[in-house]
Amino acid sequence: MNFWESVRVSLRSIQTNKLRSFLTMLGIIIGVSAVIAMVAIGEGASANVASQINGLGSNLLIVSPGQARQGQISLGAGSLNTLTLADAEAIAQNESVAGVAPSINGRAQLVWRNKNYSTSLEGTSESYLQVRNTDVQQGRFFNHLEVKERANVAVVGTEVVSNLFGDAGANPVGQTIQINKIPFEIIGVLQSKGSSGMTNNDDKVIIPVTTAMDRITGGKNVGTIYVSAVSAEQMALAQADVQATLRARHHLKPKDSDDFQIRSQTDILSTAQSVTSVMTALLSGIAAISLVVGGIGIMNIMLVSVTERTREIGIRKAIGATRWDIQRQFLIESVTLSLLGGIAGILVGIGGVLLIGKLAGLPTSISLPPMLYAFLSSMLVGVIFGVYPARKASQLKPIDALRYE
Amino acid sequence: MKTVIAMENVTKIYRIGDQEIQALRGVNLAIEEGDFVAIMGPSGSGKSTMMNVIGCLDKPTSGEFYLDGHPVSEADDDELAIIRNRKIGFVFQNFNLLPRTSAVENVELPLLYAGVPAKERRERAIQALESVGLGDRLANKPNELSGGQQQRVSIARALVNHPVLLLADEPTGALDTKTSMEIMHIFQQLNEAGKTIILVTHEPDIAEYAKRIVRFRDGQVVSNELVTARRWATLQEAEVMA
Repeated sequence: MNFWESVRVSLRSIQTNKLRSFLTMLGIIIGVSAVIAMVAIGEGASANVASQINGLGSNLLIVSPGQARQGQISLGAGSLNTLTLADAEAIAQNESVAGVAPSINGRAQLVWRNKNYSTSLEGTSESYLQVRNTDVQQGRFFNHLEVKERANVAVVGTEVVSNLFGDAGANPVGQTIQINKIPFEIIGVLQSKGSSGMTNNDDKVIIPVTTAMDRITGGKNVGTIYVSAVSAEQMALAQADVQATLRARHHLKPKDSDDFQIRSQTDILSTAQSVTSVMTALLSGIAAISLVVGGIGIMNIMLVSVTERTREIGIRKAIGATRWDIQRQFLIESVTLSLLGGIAGILVGIGGVLLIGKLAGLPTSISLPPMLYAFLSSMLVGVIFGVYPARKASQLKPIDALRYE
Repeated sequence: MKTVIAMENVTKIYRIGDQEIQALRGVNLAIEEGDFVAIMGPSGSGKSTMMNVIGCLDKPTSGEFYLDGHPVSEADDDELAIIRNRKIGFVFQNFNLLPRTSAVENVELPLLYAGVPAKERRERAIQALESVGLGDRLANKPNELSGGQQQRVSIARALVNHPVLLLADEPTGALDTKTSMEIMHIFQQLNEAGKTIILVTHEPDIAEYAKRIVRFRDGQVVSNELVTARRWATLQEAEVMA
């Protein structure tokens, strides 16, 4: 008996037990569609995170203060106040650096007429737009002069606009608001960037860093310095330059370790991606378990099928089927079951992913490799869990099988 | 004349728990090509075991058994399967057709395992069914056929691979008298055309359609003689009986 004859016989036997075959396949369908959906959601999330990190800026280096240590105990990044505005200006002198935006963060209470709104405040320099790869959608950003003069000007995010001016429908540009009781003129509105994870990029107010230090946060130190390199190729050079500049300015001896930290976008990206890939692996692991459970279901039903069809096996053997003929027939049947389940699972998975994407608004990414993987593993499940029942069938003695009632 | 079955001192011992059951105790038997032999005996006489051994469904415990010149005693399971496929056509009491499978596909089955290509398989199966008068029932499934028709399908299946031996185990056991006579008519016609037939039965009047009767008792052949008053099954007679 050749291969296609066996396939035909298997398909017929699946067809005669439609409901049972469907229920048997259900385990595989659930397993495969879970794999597809989990991977699609995981990859979608990871692509989303990547695009958000890329959206932070172009060729971005993030310099943050080092960690204070008490004995061997680290007090965490930013626990030292080692970065100053002068550091930022010195970094800007490097040829590999295109722009520097120091940043200082705080909370601010905004008041306009009878409205008030609490938001996050960032003090930065005029290079902000270039370094952070963004723009104003209305009005303008503050310039070098305004930074130098500690002008009371502010650029607000769209979330702030809708909260303060939304009801009145007033044009925010040109309005005077109070930030922590100090009057500021709004000169521009930031382009909307949406939220990334827990932080809403549109919910903030930006003022010159000098003004912020002087009037809002106090102190001489900046929290973070954002540096953009001239080009992607110059990233490593820029990083080395920033390090050299800061070490020189902080009078560090060669044996001293850095009292600051430089992270590049790629570092953050790979950290984030390793997190999402662990998530994806975890979800796929759970899905793989359900594939195994599905396989056990197939094995169970194949064993029932062998018992039920003992007489048929006897007839086939009496007529001249060899052990291999019988074994192959049952093996193909279990593989056919699992493959049909796999194909149905892929379709259900894709449908589910599209549905989840639409209903929950989650980013998803359907790609071919997980489908191939799911398809092949469902085939493998069919083979692994089909071997034992098939062997059992092939070893029946024809006289016993013929006598079986 | 070729010897289809040659048995020398064949024994078969079954073990059930600690008990040994001697089903065959040294059987010597030779059946020539073209013969029509009825094997008779009461239940427990060893005639079913004999049928299983002749049909290569079971191997003798000791002794020599040649089927069409092939030493069956030395064959393994798969070789036995091939011998059954090429040399023997089985007709069972309860037909043993595959359910939910059309007549023509049932008849094709031995050819399927013999590796005959699909087109030739279908042609030969149709031919075999026509030869037993079922040319108009090709697509019917067993449950859509009468007992006599089902037995004719199984005869067609037994004949389709041109075996050297037709082995029938109580072929009329589940049939009424008229249908039994029709089936015996087919067997006699096949035998007249040269087919070697072995018929296992416990009904004396069915055995009288054969040329020779071999009687078993306690696992041994007790008599082996020609039928003196042989009966002939005709279709007219079958009609009259109905």
